[in-house]
Amino acid sequence: MTERVIVIGAGHNGLACAAYLAKAGREVLVLEAADRVGGAAITREFAPGYRVSGCAHICYQLDPGIVQELGLASLGLKTAQANLRTVALAAEGDHLVLHAGELEAGALPDRDRAALREYHSRMLRFARVLGKQHNRRPPRIGGGGRSELIGAAMLGLDIRRLGRASMREFLRIAGINIFDVLEETFDTPLLKGALAFDAVLGANLGPRSNNSVLTLLHRLSGQATGVTGGLSLPEGGMGAVSEALAAAARAGGAMIRTGSAVARITLEAGRISGVELKSGEKLAAGIVISNADPAHTLLRLLGARNLETGFVHRIRHFRSKGMAAKLHLALDGLPSFARLSAERAGARLVIAPDPGYIERAFDHAKYGECSPHPALEITIPSIHDRSLAPPGQHVLSAIVQYAPFDPRASSDSARAGLLDRTLGLLERYAPGLRRQVVASELLLPADIEREFRITGGHWHHGELALDQLLMLRPVPGAAQYAMPVHGLYLCGAGCHPGGGVMGSAGRNSARAVLAGERAA
Amino acid sequence: MRHKEHFRTAVYPTPFHPRTSQLNTLNQWHKWKDYTTADAFFDAALEYAAIRNACAVFDLSPMTKHRITGPDALPFLNRLITRDVAKIKAGRVGYCVWCDDNGRVIDDGTVFHLQQGDYRLCSQERQLDWLARSVYGFDVSIVEDTHDVAALALQGPTSCAVLKAIGCRGVERLTPFGIAYFPFAGTDLMVSRTGFTGDLGYELWIEPARALELWDALFEKGANHGIRPMGTHALEVARIEAGFIQAQVDFLPADQAIMQDRSRSPFELDLGRLVDFNKPNFNGRRALLEEQKRGSRYRLVRLDVEGNKPARSAYIYDSKRNVVGTVTSAEWSPSAKANIALASMHMPWGLPGDELWAEIYYQRELKWSRVMSRCRVVEGAFFDPPRRRATPAADF
Repeated sequence: MTERVIVIGAGHNGLACAAYLAKAGREVLVLEAADRVGGAAITREFAPGYRVSGCAHICYQLDPGIVQELGLASLGLKTAQANLRTVALAAEGDHLVLHAGELEAGALPDRDRAALREYHSRMLRFARVLGKQHNRRPPRIGGGGRSELIGAAMLGLDIRRLGRASMREFLRIAGINIFDVLEETFDTPLLKGALAFDAVLGANLGPRSNNSVLTLLHRLSGQATGVTGGLSLPEGGMGAVSEALAAAARAGGAMIRTGSAVARITLEAGRISGVELKSGEKLAAGIVISNADPAHTLLRLLGARNLETGFVHRIRHFRSKGMAAKLHLALDGLPSFARLSAERAGARLVIAPDPGYIERAFDHAKYGECSPHPALEITIPSIHDRSLAPPGQHVLSAIVQYAPFDPRASSDSARAGLLDRTLGLLERYAPGLRRQVVASELLLPADIEREFRITGGHWHHGELALDQLLMLRPVPGAAQYAMPVHGLYLCGAGCHPGGGVMGSAGRNSARAVLAGERAA
Repeated sequence: MRHKEHFRTAVYPTPFHPRTSQLNTLNQWHKWKDYTTADAFFDAALEYAAIRNACAVFDLSPMTKHRITGPDALPFLNRLITRDVAKIKAGRVGYCVWCDDNGRVIDDGTVFHLQQGDYRLCSQERQLDWLARSVYGFDVSIVEDTHDVAALALQGPTSCAVLKAIGCRGVERLTPFGIAYFPFAGTDLMVSRTGFTGDLGYELWIEPARALELWDALFEKGANHGIRPMGTHALEVARIEAGFIQAQVDFLPADQAIMQDRSRSPFELDLGRLVDFNKPNFNGRRALLEEQKRGSRYRLVRLDVEGNKPARSAYIYDSKRNVVGTVTSAEWSPSAKANIALASMHMPWGLPGDELWAEIYYQRELKWSRVMSRCRVVEGAFFDPPRRRATPAADF
């Protein structure tokens, strides 16, 4: 029997899930609390005339299979700039321009150049192991079934296929920290800083925290599995990805209702019966799939009393406190970074002079303070996409690390302090930038929680950590998209394969729903 | 625990210790959850005889007690416990078990419905951690008040007469698992018709400051009714006769099991009647439904063993000498005049009529001997006198 399916949340995963289910002929209704689709993959106007990707701002993991299967290109998804270079900024202008393991500009000792090539291919090889799992339903631990055993064996086989030496190296570094790996590989501090930052972006980790190699591999997994264009900026910002997915869902017959916040998921005799909106409207559905984060879905929309104690305990302790802030600046001109061409300024700019700098920035955040000297990932998308700012003007989007979810100071003073220090830092690299600022916005993790309805304000819905990945994501016993209550599924970044704008969780979840129907 | 200095005391005396220590002529004690408890007072066999022929008093104060109050007390308990707590009306007590998510029993105990939104949960093991973990999402307050309630079990045929003699007027009309209050020594004495002996008997609950007055009244008024103190040895025989199970003996609490195989589900403890699938959600429901479909791994049975040597920790064999079970509790039952045992059997063994053998080792004058004794599966308790349920309770 097929029943109506409700998808809570029109984030990119919810939309991908809806598109696949609609394509399979299901009656799908997507409910979005905000007035527009997109969730954290959204382009929004933060000052009159200035638009920017509101949360995620670089596309590097979108599954090419999804782009193709759903025909996103023909639905309007275009790339404004592909193959973004990474520029490790140096205040004095001795920048390093990096792309695909090669140094394109700047000065590095020969040893580091060679090491960079080797490091890049090694990490990509390892990242491929993770990437291969993205489109698989993770095996259930202790499930005992044949498909579970095969699933676990496939993962083991992918690791074994690396070859003996590489497998050993993979197992050696997968759980350790990026600091040690970089120390044993490179000499140049600026290079190490930029590479270390890749490993801790968006994470509650410093370079010396164990698990930081794994977050790097997760980040690289998109490129490793052949995301075309590497790091790219979609035309019209990240919202364009969501718009294309929404168009795909609608094309398949899915209904999308915005401005429809779900108050709770309703049950009848222990089975899902639908949802109730904040407006009081009740909508019936035999299957509810939530794109919201696990804690919001299970503890608030469904309610702990409808779940078992041990499961609730695990969901409550799913680590989901964000550590990254998001800065948006409206500028009345292009900032000028010392000895960086206007063309290069359109690259991915990184301020992380050395791994120790990032670690010290993290130290403060661990104890409830925003970093006095934050590390930044900067894009100026308006260089490639003139639709984002008025003529001659620009928008700057930056990830600022670190900012704790619950700062000891009031959030207003924490926000003001971090904004001031970040502008001061930018001023050092791009003198005169402060005077160019027309409008600014800094979102702390708590703001991100509110704005994007993500518990804890973590971009990936939860830490990408060894104990929260694959069959452990979000928690053991719930990693196969189906929740313990009959008819309830998760499809967001809180599930395997996690955050980053991939769409894989949405597609995998849709497959799990269809497989569940067949089994019933 | 309200007493900040509690850690300085390794073992607590119970509120009755001034009396129990006087009466414990054997000076035999052990530690029961941080309290000192008598193994036996003068002779375990005679103490047991008092349970079945007169009445005996057991100091129940160390029993872990929790007070669960608040608007969500009932929904909280209904999620925690496998049976339907809504069916336990105010003024009633229910025997219950609670499970983890895997449907394995964490502990068994009794839930007292004191008044609407106000329950007492008694357990063998410390449960505060699990209860606190279960609170999330419920408007409920949980206090472990073990230290703040003094409790005695008064068990045996003359127990009702003794209670009437100390002033509990009308207590004979209390039905099994009922609760009643009586004015006593300027406070409220709570009496529940409950116990661990399978006999006519009561449990008495009072504030610790009045504990000694209660003890003295019982022993003064009970003298002519054959009242005796009893220790855990005597109680152990009575509870096995009644067929009651005990945590750490007949099952391993699920939260203490390292190997999943070691814990048991309610079905595997012959407590399927305590599982109510009509409730849409409770801890372990999904796993227990699955177990019902798939079949259980074990079965708890009561065995009547040939001969007179208690089959303690014995292996149970089938006719082909395959090990098919293990004895968890065993005693010679003076009342049933039988050699009785509780055993955990591998499925599908343990049905009435199965040919089963217990391998019993015993020692005489330091010489070990072994005997294979035929076992018969018995349904129901080994000793189940009508007076246990008769209301009004007789005086004897």
